[in-house]
Amino acid sequence: MTALYTLTDLSKRYTRGKESITIFEQLDMTIDQGDFISIMGPSGSGKTTLLNLLGGIDRPSSGAVDCEGTRVDKLSEGKLAKWRSKHVGFIFQFYNLMPTLSAAQNVELPLLLTNLSGKERKRRVETALDIVGILDRKGHRPAQLSGGQQQRVGIARAIVADPKVLLCDEPTGDLDRNTADEVLETLQLLNRELNKTIVMVTHDPAAAGYASRQLNLDKGRFVETGAA
Amino acid sequence: MNDLTLIRKNLFRKKLRAILLTFSIMIAFLIFGALGAFYNVWTAGVDLAAANRLITVNRINFTQDMPIAYYSRVQSVQGVENVSHANWFGGYYQDPRNFVQTFAVEPETWLSVYPEMVMPDDQRAAFITDRTCLLVGADLAAQFEWSLGDRIPLNSNIWQQNDGSSDWDFNICAIFDGAEETAPSNYAVFHYEYYNESVAFNRDRIGWMVVTTTGSDINDAVIREVDALFANSSAETETTTEAAFNKAFLEQVGNIAMILLSVIGAAFATILMIVGTTMIMAINERTKEIAVMKTLGFPSPRIFRMVLAESVLLSFVGGLVGLGLATLIVNGAAGALAGFLPGLSMPMDVVGIALGLMLALGLITGVGPALAAQRLSIIDAFNKH
Repeated sequence: MTALYTLTDLSKRYTRGKESITIFEQLDMTIDQGDFISIMGPSGSGKTTLLNLLGGIDRPSSGAVDCEGTRVDKLSEGKLAKWRSKHVGFIFQFYNLMPTLSAAQNVELPLLLTNLSGKERKRRVETALDIVGILDRKGHRPAQLSGGQQQRVGIARAIVADPKVLLCDEPTGDLDRNTADEVLETLQLLNRELNKTIVMVTHDPAAAGYASRQLNLDKGRFVETGAA
Repeated sequence: MNDLTLIRKNLFRKKLRAILLTFSIMIAFLIFGALGAFYNVWTAGVDLAAANRLITVNRINFTQDMPIAYYSRVQSVQGVENVSHANWFGGYYQDPRNFVQTFAVEPETWLSVYPEMVMPDDQRAAFITDRTCLLVGADLAAQFEWSLGDRIPLNSNIWQQNDGSSDWDFNICAIFDGAEETAPSNYAVFHYEYYNESVAFNRDRIGWMVVTTTGSDINDAVIREVDALFANSSAETETTTEAAFNKAFLEQVGNIAMILLSVIGAAFATILMIVGTTMIMAINERTKEIAVMKTLGFPSPRIFRMVLAESVLLSFVGGLVGLGLATLIVNGAAGALAGFLPGLSMPMDVVGIALGLMLALGLITGVGPALAAQRLSIIDAFNKH
C-alpha cells in the first residue's frame, strides 16, 4: 500500500484565556491510499481537530502533515484552498447544503472551482448523483429531501471533483439506523469500487464497523481497536 | 450555474427582505432622479447664459422700472456691442389659468442680443416690421396649438390699453425655436412700440436692459461704466452678468441646490444605514454556508467579491428601477409642465451620477460584510454553529 498521509510529531494546543489546552501531542500516523479508517473516542479527544488538520482547514501547533509529498501545514491560505478543492472531499454531520440551491446545484459547487465546461460539469454532477442513488431528486432543494437523501447529496458533492480522500465528520450522526446503514454502505462502495481513501470520525461503534481500520483516539494517543 | 447564480440566489433567498430593501433603494433613486431632472431644467438658465451678456435692472429691485432714455445712453458705453430692453407683460390666453410668459421688447436689437432664438428669415423680417406681431416660442405654440397666421388676444392683469380694455390683439407672424434643445422656447415677445403707444399708464419706462459686450473680458469695466452713468439718479441701476442675474433670480425662491442636497442626502444616509445593517445581518445568517464554501476550496478573495457583488447587485436593481420610474414620471410631467419648465427630461449627467451613486452605495454597504466573510475562520464558524 502507498502512504497517502504521513503525520509526524503532530501536536495541537489551544489557548483559552490564560489556559493552554493540549488536544494531542507528538502524534504519528500513516494513512494509506485506499484506507477506510474510522476514528472513535470520547468528546474532546481531538477527533474532529485531527480531521480538520487532515483537510487543511486547521494548522497544527507543531509537527508535519504530509500528503503525497505536499506539506499541507506549510501551504499559504490561498494554496491550501486550491489544494482542498482538488484533493479532499468533506462530508458533514448536518450535511451543510446550500438551502437556496437544488441538489444538482449543491453538487456542482466544487466544480465551479475548475475550468470544466457547463456541459461537462452537468455530466459529472449527474454521475455523482447516480453513484449515490439520488439522481431522480436532482432538482429538489434540501428542504424537500429527507436527512438520508440530504446526506447522499452531501456525499455526491464530496466526490464530484474526484478527490482521493473523503473526510467524514459523524456522517450518520443525524440519521436513523436504517438510513445510516445505507449511507455507510455507500461510503464502503466508494472505498471499494472507486478506491477512495476515507477517514471517518464517529461515536457509533456500528458505523465504525464499516471501516477497514478502526482507531480509538484517547488521551492524545491512537489505539488500533480492529480491522475488517 | 456560475457565481452570478449564487449571488442572485443569496440575494433573493428571503424574498420579502429583498423586496423591501429593493423598494427602499428604489425610493431613494426615484427621489434623486426626479429632483435631479427638475433641478437641471430649473437651473438651465444659468448654464445657457452667454458669457458676454449683461442684465441691467433698477437698483431697488428688478420689478422697478427705468426711463427709456437709459437705453440710448447705454448704447454709447465703450465695449457695448448691442443693447436691447424689455418690459414684463405677463398675460394669459382666454382664461387666467392659461398663463403666457410675454415680454414687450425692442424687436431688432432683441434678436441681436439673443441669437439663440432661431427662425426662418421671412418670419424674422415679419416680426421686425409687423407692429402687432407676436413672436411665439415653439413650445408655447405647441401648448396652445397656435400656428403662423393665427390672430389671438392676450389679456394682461397689469396693463390696460388707453380705451380701458385689457385685451391685446396679436398676429402670430413668427415662431422661434431654441438653437439648443435646452434653450427655452416657452415664451412670447412683441413690439415695445405697440405696448408703449397703447398702454394706459407707465409710458416711456422699461423693465430691464440686456447688454452684450464685445468680449467677456471687459464685462467688469462695462458693468462699472453703465452703473456709473446712472449713479445718484432717481433710478440707479445694477448691472450683472446674465449668469449671475439668473442665479440670483433662482435663489430668491430659496437655495434649491441646498434643499435638494438635504433631501437626497437624508434619503441616502437612511438607505445606507438600512442596507448596511441588513447586509451585515444577512451575512451573519450565512456564516456556516460561507465556511462550507471555504472548506470546499472557494478562495477568500472570491468570497469577498461575491458578497460585495451581492450588495452592488441589490443597489443596481433598486437603483435602476427607481431611476426608470423617475424617468417615466419626468417624461409624463414634461408635457404638462412644458409652459413652465421647457425641456424637462432625464438628463444624462443625472443618470451618470445616479449610476455612480448606485455603485458607491453597493460598495459602501457591501465592503464591511465582504471583509467579514473574507476573514471568516472556518473553524470558528463551525464551532459557533
